[in-house]
Amino acid sequence: MSLHLWIIPLLPLTGAAINGLLGKRFPKAIVNAIALGATASAFAYALYVAVQFMGLPADQIPHIERYATWMTAGLFTAEYGIYLDQLSLVMLLIVTGVGFLIHIYSVGYMEHEGGYYRYFAYLNIFMFFMLTLILANNYLLMFVGWEGVGLASYLLIGFWFLKDSAANAGKKAFITNRVGDFGFLIALFLLIKHFGSLQYETVFTALSGYPVEASAGLLTAIGLLMMVGASGKSAQIPLYVWLPDAMEGPTPVSALIHAATMVTAGVYMVARSNAVFNRAPIALTVVAVIGTLTAIFAASIGIVQTDIKKVLAYSTISQLGYMFMGCGVAAYGAGIFHLMTHAFFKALLFLSAGAIIHGLGGQQDMRHMGGLRKYMPKTFWCMTIATFTIAGFPPLAAFFSKDEILWATWASGNHVLWLIGLIAAAMTSFYMFRLWFMTFFGEYRGATAGESQHGHDSHDAHAHGTPHESPMVMILPLMILAVLSFVGGWVGVPAALGGSDRFDHFLDPVFAAHSPVETKLVAPTNEELAAHHEETGTELLFMGISVSAAALGFLGAWFLYYKRTDLPAKMAAAAGGLYTFVLDKYKVDEFYGAAVIRPIVLASTNILWKGIDATLIDGAVDESAVGARDISDGLRHMQSGNIRSYAGWVAFGAAVVIAFMVWKGVR
Amino acid sequence: MVPLSYYLILSAILFACGVTGFLIKRNIITIFMSIELMLNAVNLTFVAFAAELRMLSGHVFVFFVMVVAAAEAAVGLAIIISVFRTRETLNVDRVNLLKL
Repeated sequence: MSLHLWIIPLLPLTGAAINGLLGKRFPKAIVNAIALGATASAFAYALYVAVQFMGLPADQIPHIERYATWMTAGLFTAEYGIYLDQLSLVMLLIVTGVGFLIHIYSVGYMEHEGGYYRYFAYLNIFMFFMLTLILANNYLLMFVGWEGVGLASYLLIGFWFLKDSAANAGKKAFITNRVGDFGFLIALFLLIKHFGSLQYETVFTALSGYPVEASAGLLTAIGLLMMVGASGKSAQIPLYVWLPDAMEGPTPVSALIHAATMVTAGVYMVARSNAVFNRAPIALTVVAVIGTLTAIFAASIGIVQTDIKKVLAYSTISQLGYMFMGCGVAAYGAGIFHLMTHAFFKALLFLSAGAIIHGLGGQQDMRHMGGLRKYMPKTFWCMTIATFTIAGFPPLAAFFSKDEILWATWASGNHVLWLIGLIAAAMTSFYMFRLWFMTFFGEYRGATAGESQHGHDSHDAHAHGTPHESPMVMILPLMILAVLSFVGGWVGVPAALGGSDRFDHFLDPVFAAHSPVETKLVAPTNEELAAHHEETGTELLFMGISVSAAALGFLGAWFLYYKRTDLPAKMAAAAGGLYTFVLDKYKVDEFYGAAVIRPIVLASTNILWKGIDATLIDGAVDESAVGARDISDGLRHMQSGNIRSYAGWVAFGAAVVIAFMVWKGVR
Repeated sequence: MVPLSYYLILSAILFACGVTGFLIKRNIITIFMSIELMLNAVNLTFVAFAAELRMLSGHVFVFFVMVVAAAEAAVGLAIIISVFRTRETLNVDRVNLLKL
């Protein structure tokens, strides 16, 4: 039975093609109808597919559809095909669902912007590539989507390309991702070399014969290289630097691409390749360590940022770190669970931030906000749910997912990582409530009508007086996402809380099927069940600890940014150099600038440009032209138009020939 | 009997005279005569070899050259006359309309 899954990516592609090629002449209503229609029908079809998928017997999962052979080279073939299992189904619903909500929101947010059709064409092309990425049935097609979303990201970050910083941010994102893609590509080459194929089912079947690598070997290398790719796309240390800059794009783009979907592609890829990572414990440890370090590192930067979108950007990096942490302790289900809840609450956070920025006429600096609770109550309530979710308060979504990751980390024996993750969770809670208090409480500190504002989001086109609530078309997606952020975690209530962890068990077949033989799930014995009961108590204790950490963050933020608002400045002054060091994002950009970019620029300028290009290549071309001209200049004088000089040359030539023949004859 | 080399040396001298005349003279009639001189130097070589080697083809070829030379003389003199009529000069250095 075919589900005709090719329709799903094709819908947004069609939308992008129509809007991109013809949209310039369309009125906004038609652009909206095409872009939203394409995404809505993709989402509707995804829902239909989900229902059909639930009815599939277990032996037909994964559901694979093959359409055509893409390329053949020797024994290697790549197909156009779709691989639908529980993992890609979850991703499919997240991408189309959240994507559709953000499309709706964009209608309101981008209303006053130029290039309206272009924006929606880019957004649709992003949807197409993202769907290709998650639905592909081989790594090569996944890589096409992988590069495609990078392209869409580049185009949308640089959407206001007349602004220098936006154009540069786009380039930075693209080039940083290139570094990661290099690792991913080499991983693919290794896969081709050793398995002769990039088809998921072929590779995974071949892998099932491999033992767990005790020391670093082939699979470790593949895993590590894949992680390089993932850390580029998903903004992990050391390649995270592009994501904060990516906030130059329109806010809905930040929500869709740089928070909810594209940046989670790396997590998806690691989870999809669990067959590799399960057999490469070293690579898995690296994933966990990178994830944990990123989580705390980005969270610490987030604490001092004053730009509302930058805070959220670092928060995204930090939450992605959690996802990798979960995957790194082989709790892929927990990682994907957090991916899903994160898609809801981070999209909500960004869209709320967008509503605030929109309502303030482009103001992004939290120091110029405050007291917005009165002006935009609906946004306030949505933001409140999102903030409490990300901080990890029960019973909101992220409580379940984040806690599951932390618990899995502890249970896997990585106690240090758990502790770091816990501190990062407290920091998350702190900076999110800091944002919440600075934005919505206290007195409004922004400029009112008449005063000039530096329009960051280029919203300055329409004049702004007092802050105002956003139009309904923007609030509606916020509300839906708020509901999802509230209840989204309930699909994965852990057993310790009386739930059945349905989400994890739903995903189990994806991960259990490829786990090494030694750890294959077996029916629990009585002893294990007894141990399990003991664990339940511990798990509850750990949940208590996580919630306390979140509460601690809340109290800290409440004290510093609500009760005693004079304190933060004093503390910053007291911390002095340390504070500015963190404010400058640990000078990582400067370090990369000095250690990587400057040498490359210098070498490119002096060796490649001035040395090889200007001197060698241009020189060779120029010199051959000049040489030809000079020789011709000399020869030109032979063509004098004087008959007798021609005759002289003929006679001279004949003489030379005769002399040559005589000389030959003499020899 | 006169040795072959004498004929050849004479022929070479005549040919050289023709080339020299062709190169240094300005009068178009003289140049034309120099060309005839070169042709006949070649003819002399032909007959000398033909006699030496006792081959008829050399003689035949001489007639052939004579025919061509006669035709050429007819056409060439006609051109010279028309050039003289239009340019009123026989100096080749001044007949240079085709020169760039």
